[in-house]
Amino acid sequence: MSDATTAVIDHDVLATAEGWARAGRGVALATVVETWGSAPRPVGSHLVIDGEGNFEGSVSGGCVEGAVVGEAIEVIGEGRPRMLEFGVADETAWRVGLSCGGRIRVYVEKVA
Amino acid sequence: MDLSLLAELNAIRAARRAAIVVTDLSTGAGRLVREEAAAADPLAEELLARFRSGKSGLAESAAQVFLTVHVPPPRLVVVGAVHISQALAPMARIAGFDVAIIDPRTAFATPERFPDIPLFAEWPQDVLARMPLDPFTALAAVTHDPKIDDHPIAAALSAGAFYVGALGSRKTHAKRLERLAAMGVPAEALGRIRAPIGLPIAAQSPAEIAVAVLAEVIEALRKRGAVAREKAA
Repeated sequence: MSDATTAVIDHDVLATAEGWARAGRGVALATVVETWGSAPRPVGSHLVIDGEGNFEGSVSGGCVEGAVVGEAIEVIGEGRPRMLEFGVADETAWRVGLSCGGRIRVYVEKVA
Repeated sequence: MDLSLLAELNAIRAARRAAIVVTDLSTGAGRLVREEAAAADPLAEELLARFRSGKSGLAESAAQVFLTVHVPPPRLVVVGAVHISQALAPMARIAGFDVAIIDPRTAFATPERFPDIPLFAEWPQDVLARMPLDPFTALAAVTHDPKIDDHPIAAALSAGAFYVGALGSRKTHAKRLERLAAMGVPAEALGRIRAPIGLPIAAQSPAEIAVAVLAEVIEALRKRGAVAREKAA
């Protein structure tokens, strides 16, 4: 069920990315390319970001989106893709049931 | 990612077709491989396996290459709003399928019997004219009535549906094959019909038969295309 739900959500994200780019907005696409441990979003999940920091989709269920958006704005400016890596070392966060106990690698590229 | 590549990808997805984006992470270069073209690709073996699994990931056969797999959500169209369907529809939905039920008999196709399931109390040919079958759709025909079942079975074979199953004994099925052949369905296509329907788990009750059918549908989805290629090899 969750995979099917993921697919549906990601479909909207890619349509959004195309729509934003056609409207002349600077757009970056972030993709989860590797996960270790209890990563909340599967490999292949997308986040789309525009030059003003608006975003749709999810690469971590909310844990690292803020950081990805910041990097994505720089990618939109520079044009070169980046690989980001995030790990959550906070054992407390993990123990209270946050699923952000894993590590993920996120590829961020400009859509142009 | 090039906007033109993204636009092509979105068009493929809107048409319920499958494609993989191959991204070289060291250079940022991306290309799009449609499922129909995968067999001729340098990464053919891995691409074909990923079209079946639907899972994105780093390529095992090439360093620094990421494969984003886009396959449409699988659909199950059930012809017949019968007792088996009342169990099959919710189970298939839990397993991740978009489900639709078609039965022109209005006494069977009632929302009370199928809460929250898209239901069409119409002839299958009318529904399928608006909502065509495709390779990511499974069709299970379970009415026992040739007037209702035969047309959608032929349509599913012609559309390349990944699964076509039909309820009925071997004797019933032999007669069905004669009728479909008379309609002009090729012999090779007739061989793709799963009948008697469902994996052989000695299912008895309607709910058990639904389990057998769903398992057979999932097997067909996950082995999609693999059997044909083994035969060709």
